[in-house]
Amino acid sequence: MNRRAFGKTALSSLALMAAAPRLALAADWDAVLAEARGQTVYWHAWGGDTKINDFIAFIGAEAKARHGVTLEHVKLASTADAVARVLAERDAGQTTGGAVDLIWINGENFAAMKAEGLLHGPFATDLPNWPLVDTQGKPATVTDFTLPTEGFESPWAMAQFVFEYDSAKLPAPPRSIAELAAWILANPGRFTYPQPPDYLGLTFLKQVLYGVLPDAAILQAPVDAATYDTAVAPLWALLDAIHPALWREAKAFPENEPALGQLLADGETLISFAFNPGRASAEIAAGHLPDTVRTFVLDGGTIGNASFVAIPFNAAHQAGAQVIANLILDPAIQAAAQDPATLGFQTVLNLAALAPEDRARFDALQLGLATLSPADLGPVLLEPHASWMGKVAEDWAGRYGVAP
Amino acid sequence: MSGLQIDALQIDRAGIAMARLTAHIPRGQVLSVMGPSGSGKSTLLAALIGALPPEFTVTGRVSLNGRAVMGLATQDRRIGLLYQDDVLFPHLSVAQNLGFGLRAGGSKAERMARIDSMLARIGLAGYGPRDPATLSGGQRARVALARTLLAEPEALLLDEPFARLDQALRAQIRELVFALAKDLPVILVTHDPEDARAAGGPVVDPMGSPLAL
Amino acid sequence: MSLTVRPLALAPWALGLGLALPIAAGLAGTLAPALTGGGFQSLVDWPGLPRAMALSLGTGLVSTILSLAITALLIGCLHDTRGFSMLRRALSPLLSLPHAAAALGLAFLIAPSGWIARALSPWATGWTDPPDLLILNDPMGLALTAGLVTKEVPFLLLIALSVLPQTDAPRRAEIAAGLGYGRAMGFALATFPALYRSLRLPVFAVLAYGMTNVDMALILGPSLPPPLAVQVADWMADPRLARLPTAAAGAVVQLALVVAAIALWLGAERLAAPLVPGLALRGWRGRVLDAPMAALARASGLTIALGLGAGMAGLTLWSFAGLWPFPAALPDSLTLKTWAKAAPDLTATSLTTLAIALAASLAALALTLATLEAETRRGRPLRLEGLIYLPLILPQIAFLPGLQVLALVLGAKGSAATVAAAHLVFVLPYVWLSLAPAFRAWDDRIGLTAAAMGASPGRIFWRLRLPMLLAPLLTALAVGIAVSVGQYLPSLMLGGGRVETLTTEAVALASGGNRRLIGAVALMQMALPALGFGLAVALPRLAFANRRALLAERRAP
Repeated sequence: MNRRAFGKTALSSLALMAAAPRLALAADWDAVLAEARGQTVYWHAWGGDTKINDFIAFIGAEAKARHGVTLEHVKLASTADAVARVLAERDAGQTTGGAVDLIWINGENFAAMKAEGLLHGPFATDLPNWPLVDTQGKPATVTDFTLPTEGFESPWAMAQFVFEYDSAKLPAPPRSIAELAAWILANPGRFTYPQPPDYLGLTFLKQVLYGVLPDAAILQAPVDAATYDTAVAPLWALLDAIHPALWREAKAFPENEPALGQLLADGETLISFAFNPGRASAEIAAGHLPDTVRTFVLDGGTIGNASFVAIPFNAAHQAGAQVIANLILDPAIQAAAQDPATLGFQTVLNLAALAPEDRARFDALQLGLATLSPADLGPVLLEPHASWMGKVAEDWAGRYGVAP
Repeated sequence: MSGLQIDALQIDRAGIAMARLTAHIPRGQVLSVMGPSGSGKSTLLAALIGALPPEFTVTGRVSLNGRAVMGLATQDRRIGLLYQDDVLFPHLSVAQNLGFGLRAGGSKAERMARIDSMLARIGLAGYGPRDPATLSGGQRARVALARTLLAEPEALLLDEPFARLDQALRAQIRELVFALAKDLPVILVTHDPEDARAAGGPVVDPMGSPLAL
Repeated sequence: MSLTVRPLALAPWALGLGLALPIAAGLAGTLAPALTGGGFQSLVDWPGLPRAMALSLGTGLVSTILSLAITALLIGCLHDTRGFSMLRRALSPLLSLPHAAAALGLAFLIAPSGWIARALSPWATGWTDPPDLLILNDPMGLALTAGLVTKEVPFLLLIALSVLPQTDAPRRAEIAAGLGYGRAMGFALATFPALYRSLRLPVFAVLAYGMTNVDMALILGPSLPPPLAVQVADWMADPRLARLPTAAAGAVVQLALVVAAIALWLGAERLAAPLVPGLALRGWRGRVLDAPMAALARASGLTIALGLGAGMAGLTLWSFAGLWPFPAALPDSLTLKTWAKAAPDLTATSLTTLAIALAASLAALALTLATLEAETRRGRPLRLEGLIYLPLILPQIAFLPGLQVLALVLGAKGSAATVAAAHLVFVLPYVWLSLAPAFRAWDDRIGLTAAAMGASPGRIFWRLRLPMLLAPLLTALAVGIAVSVGQYLPSLMLGGGRVETLTTEAVALASGGNRRLIGAVALMQMALPALGFGLAVALPRLAFANRRALLAERRAP
């Protein structure tokens, strides 16, 4: 039977009607749980942030306690390392017993793996906790950079682009890309972005695109080679203008989000940004940022997306990997992830669909000094089609990746 | 035939004869090989002990108490060797040095007893636990001699064994060596006529020609 | 006897094949994809190629020339002075420092928000915020060059000191001085040419490393574009999976570039060779040079030692720091929070790192000992030096990717054992270079005396040679551990991301900028080799507490 269709129906149907198939499902899942017990799941996930590493360790402890699954966090410098690994395994003819069980993935990496047939699935829609996911209110949970996920990856956190600044040094932050550009030119050396193809650096470029394109809707379709040059010309014009006034005159760039955050902490930059509305509060709580740091979004909204986990086609421990994917969707785990003291990531769950005691976990959270309320976060802009980023990253490297 | 029998032993390097010897050395006799340094004396010893570098070739026969030895590995020849430096093993105590030399066999107590009695014979009773580096030059020379003899060699080669000792010690150690080795055929390599005279046996140069002192 | 000799006679073959096979297989595995899939075309289309190649060549050549010059300066002008013996004692710790840790320490020191700027601010500089100065990751690769020099001088110095006795340096210096030559000039004319002949292969290793290293370049080097090797490593990990042929083509170009650089170096040698006799013919004594040269030597020696030392101190301090805003020279508070939080992870990672390092070093030690003993029993020297240097001269990036695929085909998934096996290729040369001189210098008469007492070759080896060589043996083991701990690319590529070592962790974190955690990981990265060297010094002292001759023989390092 079509379990996916069933899952959606079940949410709005009488429990009685669903009782029989639900039992069949439960039996399936029990088999998965039984197979998973005792397995060691190798989760390949970017390891550059201690808070995330700690959170993954916390999931590991829960997985051990609840399901007897051991979780090993394979810390990557880049998610692409894991993709390359799976590809190398396939090229070497290894179709089972692969080294990668679970990947933290989205966007380009997901698109590449899905296109190459490197993913196991669909599995996400069969997870017992799947009905809790807010696929309606947070369409990014089933659409990854305009690519439908089709159950080949399971969401675990929502992220939204926010700017960070020190309110003690900068009373009124800019509210649009144009205002930001003017501020940069007036305050040379105090702004920068991670070097593309870094994920956050590219997201900044996308945010700029949203700000400078007359018609941002074209971003939802694949790049049209005929109109591309004209379409992105305003982006290059803006970058050409602000680069001489960037940190280090744009002769060097920070490598990624933590490196960018460190520049703010060191006072080298005055405006920074992150793909996590709770990051600033969490850093203040950890004593890494002064408590005068605040966040802001742009008037037209900022880009948001979801982080996912996917299972490679040749994963040695697919059952264990599914158990972990399901566990991450558990309301208690999701609430812990949203707690700024632990991670400060936005949940992927539909709070309205939760049991009252689970909902209470979210209501009890202290969002933190610098975190905007859901209302103040403003509209969420959808990620552009992945082809935009490939092209923009390539052109960026050609234009700015070779120092003059 | 007992003793050390050397027949037409010749050592060449690149076609040039470096040393040559024919001799019979009965037990208790010392044959002295005398010559300036670099004259092939040490080459001769190396050939007898079986440690000639590969660039040398050797012909001739050597037998020790009737055993042909030239085909044997060094450790199977039973020819003892003493250098001008004592060459004690620095990581072992005096007793352990002697124990290394002592032929295998016997209980631990028996071995210790033999070591102790040897130490007494060379006038170093009670020196067993000492670090060899803390001994005087003369004491070290005696330990080296004792260690060589405990291996029960059937012949003894002496490579300028007294050269490093001062005048007074020299005579003393020389006497001890010849006394303890009195049942063995001995070849003494030296550049000092005094050593050769004290040895009392025949004297030849490295090419085997007899020398008068 | 034949039973013990025969397997031993195979040892040199095992060692030779152990080095040559993985390299040959890895090269073949890398070259194959380069020839297919249009890799070269897309490589040429990359706009950064000329500059990335120039960076590789430039940073490699300049850092090598500087390292060699400073090494010569230190030996020529300061040898046998008090400062030199201090530097000599500091050599092992400096050398045992993993490249990544050294680079991180240096970065913490020289960055605009680094310790030097903090120490001078605001009283001397007026800075209340870090200045917008391009010091780290500069497009010319100056910071990278400086980092390479600080790490390569200790290496060259160590090798130079070990071969110096063969050059009869004191006598040469005496003769030159007797003829009225100044110290520096006398060294340059009388000793350096002989010394350089023995330094040639190590210099090539330094050159190849400088051109192709990835971990130091990631931390200190430019990124617009990065040096070629970094870009190749990057392409290998690119999500657009089609980048692999480009990466392979890049690896081939990198290899050709190293070969070309060595050819260039050989050409320069030819041009420079007549300089020495030319100078000697002029007969200029150059005594006026002595004072400035000695000052320059002292300054460069001190800068390197202090740079690395202060870098380490900075890393340590950050790992204990609470809030530490600019421009405070010291943290506002000290806390154990970083260590407490990192402890479980750090312990596991350290143990993995140590296990890999011990396995690779012990295997390397066994192979080296077996080969050297086989050489002893053979009675003629083995000419293995060229092969030994092969893994040091060939760029890692040129053969590791092929090796990775090979490991996969053989079913050796990213396990610690696979990583240890890959480390062996790089550990072996250093263990050999560290142990062979001492092993070969062992007094043969000891063995002969023992043989004359009836001791078998085996007994001589186990009872005499090994115990007497305990100190150099442990030093070689410590060197092996240090080399293994410092490996980045082999751990990353053959570990498949699954095997986490302190170095992969440190480099991964370096991209993140969490200074406290970086400090803690780098500190552990230093601690393991330091522990090894500490034991290498302490154990012989304990074992030979009552053996004066063996303690007196010990010379630092």
